[in-house]
Amino acid sequence: MTTTVARPDRRTQPPVRPVKGGAKDRWVRRAPLLPALIFAIVVTQVPFLVTLYLSTQGWNALRPGQRKFVGLDNYASVLTDSRLRAALANTVLLTAGAVIFSLILGLALAVLLDRKFIGRSVVRTMLITPFLVMPIAAALLWKHAIYNPTYGLINGLFGGSTDWVSSYPKAAVIATLVWQWTPFMMLILLAGLQSQSEEVLEAAKVDGANAWQIFRRMTLPHLRMYLELGALLGSIYLVNTFDAVFTITQGGPGTATTNLPYEIYLTMFRKFEYGEASAAGVIVVLLTLIVATFALRVISGLFKMEDSR
Amino acid sequence: MGKSRIAVAAAAACALALSACSGAGTSDNASSSDGGAQEITVLMVGNPQMEDIQKLTADNFTKQTGITVKYTILPENELRDKVTQDVANQGGQYDVVTIGAYEVPIWSKNGWLHELSTQMDADTAYDKADLLKPMVTVASGEDGKMYGAPFYGESSLLMYNKEMFAAKGLTMPERPTWEQVADLAAKVDDKAGGVAGICLRGLPGWGEGVASLTTIVNTYGGTWFEKDWTPKLNAPEFKEATKFYVDLARAHGEPGVAQSGFTECLNIFSQGKSAMWYDATSAAGTVEDPNASKVAGKVGYVYAPVNKTKYSGWLWSWDWAMPKTTKKADASWKFISWATSKDYEQLVGKELGWSRVPAGKRTSTYSIPEYKDSAKAFADITLDSIANADPANPGLQPRPATGVQFVAIPEFQDLGTKVSQEIAAALTGRKTVDQALDESQKLAEAVAKNYK
Amino acid sequence: MIRRSLWGVVAWIAGIVFVFPVIWMVLTAFKQENAAATNPPTWFFTPTLDQFALVFDRNMTPFLLNSLMASLFSTLIVVLLATPAAYALSLRPVAKWSDSLFFFISTKMMPAVAAFLPVYLLVKHLGMLDNVWTMVILYTSMNLPLAVWMMRSFLLEVPREVLEAGEVDGASLITSIRKIILPIVSPGLAATALICFIFSWNEFFLALNLTATNASTAPIFLVGFISSEGAFLARLCAAATIVSLPVLIAGWVAQNKLVRGLSMGAVK
Repeated sequence: MTTTVARPDRRTQPPVRPVKGGAKDRWVRRAPLLPALIFAIVVTQVPFLVTLYLSTQGWNALRPGQRKFVGLDNYASVLTDSRLRAALANTVLLTAGAVIFSLILGLALAVLLDRKFIGRSVVRTMLITPFLVMPIAAALLWKHAIYNPTYGLINGLFGGSTDWVSSYPKAAVIATLVWQWTPFMMLILLAGLQSQSEEVLEAAKVDGANAWQIFRRMTLPHLRMYLELGALLGSIYLVNTFDAVFTITQGGPGTATTNLPYEIYLTMFRKFEYGEASAAGVIVVLLTLIVATFALRVISGLFKMEDSR
Repeated sequence: MGKSRIAVAAAAACALALSACSGAGTSDNASSSDGGAQEITVLMVGNPQMEDIQKLTADNFTKQTGITVKYTILPENELRDKVTQDVANQGGQYDVVTIGAYEVPIWSKNGWLHELSTQMDADTAYDKADLLKPMVTVASGEDGKMYGAPFYGESSLLMYNKEMFAAKGLTMPERPTWEQVADLAAKVDDKAGGVAGICLRGLPGWGEGVASLTTIVNTYGGTWFEKDWTPKLNAPEFKEATKFYVDLARAHGEPGVAQSGFTECLNIFSQGKSAMWYDATSAAGTVEDPNASKVAGKVGYVYAPVNKTKYSGWLWSWDWAMPKTTKKADASWKFISWATSKDYEQLVGKELGWSRVPAGKRTSTYSIPEYKDSAKAFADITLDSIANADPANPGLQPRPATGVQFVAIPEFQDLGTKVSQEIAAALTGRKTVDQALDESQKLAEAVAKNYK
Repeated sequence: MIRRSLWGVVAWIAGIVFVFPVIWMVLTAFKQENAAATNPPTWFFTPTLDQFALVFDRNMTPFLLNSLMASLFSTLIVVLLATPAAYALSLRPVAKWSDSLFFFISTKMMPAVAAFLPVYLLVKHLGMLDNVWTMVILYTSMNLPLAVWMMRSFLLEVPREVLEAGEVDGASLITSIRKIILPIVSPGLAATALICFIFSWNEFFLALNLTATNASTAPIFLVGFISSEGAFLARLCAAATIVSLPVLIAGWVAQNKLVRGLSMGAVK
């Protein structure tokens, strides 16, 4: 849905020798790319153009026959809306919170799983299970069976009558997301750990380095690329979190957990202000462009690693 | 390599087989519009009464008429969002939908629904005169014609656990005031024993917490809007009512009041974890069902508590409606008239039990001996509460739009949802009532601009 | 030795903590409604299949078939589109290959909610509401960026020397794809397909709003068990267990592939 992205770091070179040859060769090289590229352009960019058009319309679906061109009014009302700013802050907080915690937990679990112990494959199976559960089912399960103050599992096991979702709304949403995404991070980091060279680690041990030093000085730098990969993929998916917010908190209490997707949803499905919703959508695209440019630095780093292999 | 190739081939074969049968399904559907074996699509909310009709359709309706009914069931929030979107954009995906008392006046005004009065009047067996007056009012458009056929209707009442009241030597008046209820809640509250004084809805959503609160606001003399659309959300009466509600809920309400809607309260009350519960009359049927409730037979029912008005119960109905886009109006009407007929009530009573009859819409329901017997504890109060709820004039001042526990304007879905989030913030102590209502007032002022 | 088993115990505890909500979901599915929502939690109960009977009563098959169809076909198309594209971005790269790759990734960054309205209006205009093929196309576009990226990582693992040696020997493109590339990337292909399948199977928002009765998928069936006017926890858990089962089994069986897929071919 996004338009073009800033040109990447020029230092990034193709991993294979650069293109030579004439126009025909260039088209032969392009041919396999074209179906996917055209598909992506048609399915994502055409709706984006429609969004641009709609964002200039004063259109409330509940008042049929009153649609009109309003220029940039929708942008003005969206940008001056304090709810949108709150939603932006919440989006950053929820995404960052979920990504960071699931990365840390995922790292700890990957380190555990990297060791040999009885039933390791069983434990791995148990650990990846949350990632496989349907997200909407997971959100419902946490809301009703786990957080519920009266008959939820947490209060049932540990006593008390804390209303988790109301008292700690952000934490409640983040915990659900972390539960689902930790296995994802763990798998990526586990792969990183297992690609570490045994001999180098042995040599370090012989040199008298203790486990913590080895982890800090050797394993962590080695894992950097995998941590970045996890953070990037996690952010791309989690910034769009909708199911969990919609199901668990409905954005509340107040606007404590209303993120951008949910705020746009409210504008579209409760207010039915299609023009405003489209303007908000366009603004989100612009914001993601900024984030994307930032994220590309990370990807460029990943490409360099590939080159050096 | 070999293995994965086989897997891909198997997947492709499997997919082709599937597409074949699905293709057949679609073409069936397309051809059915020109007579022959008909099929209609119905979108409905996932309430127990709707689940019952799904069970009874094939063996009864389809057998009698040859019309197949395809149901989609969604929870209330999802249903509302989706059905509004589909109907407003003339998506035409459904022949029949369930909508509530809130939608009927707005949608009929927009010309989105088929009127049903003509068919109801034409069919003497349907006996339109039997429908309860307030139910007809809320299912009618501005032109006086009916655009929804009530499936079941409800008001609100107060339920209390008679055993708990007897244990403390307390008595419940038949028409309590909210002050009395607050006193009783304080006396019967037993936090140590895990029993709340009263269960109140606080779940965000205009049909959840805001519904309960608005009935309290009405009886305290407050209103969302005055006749000339002046918003009154931070006026003294609205504030007093909201403070009362928030204080009562925080002091003697159930744990997690801001996350409790009908379902949560039903669970709390029927597990004996609350001494009172203020909610819909339709809850009574489930509370008295021994399979679902530990307090069946121990519950007393009294009128919705009041302050300055005589009655304060809300008025709600789930109605069947036909979007204008349907191409199968005749088959759809056959379905609607079957579902809202007297015969259908008999069918549910005999097949599934009398406590499950979709009641609250027909006078005659309350003279069926078996129903009267199964609902004797609450039937009279229900009928009387419905009859005395006045959607045009529920409070002390004239209103610009109808609705007891809501304001029937398109903006209310959004306004009510956002205000309910503000109230939830007050219920959890994140904001004071004053802050929450000042914020709400701003939202209401933005809405009022559309009408001034 | 003792330390090793100590870490083992810690790992086991972590595993149990993580899987516990799922176990609880399955347990609850075998309860009666009034034993499902209790405090303290009910641990011992007579298991019942009532809730599953309720779920099957609702004619679940069309929903599962729709999900299967949308997921399988979109996965198939994704693989068919992404693999050649990834090839053109790795082994025989086009001139501005990185720009193209960034374009694919950037299409993934806009929330589905923000893109929904134009999609809905276009789909309605084309008369393709409530149509499985609409879902196939949308899921393809949803998964294409990730698939291109993953396949590119796998293709980069193909040793260039072998490929070039083949070219010198006069092997045709088809031959080198069949004999050299496919054997190396086929596990990666399977992993990519599996992940695309999981994301399609689990998708909720688009399915909820673009399908009605003919093309509704499993997640829509699931939320139908939420009731605002009755107890529903046990049967919701039963439905959740059933609709999650295909992906759970596929994920468990193919977990080694999943590890490989998510690490983008970094594990040799």
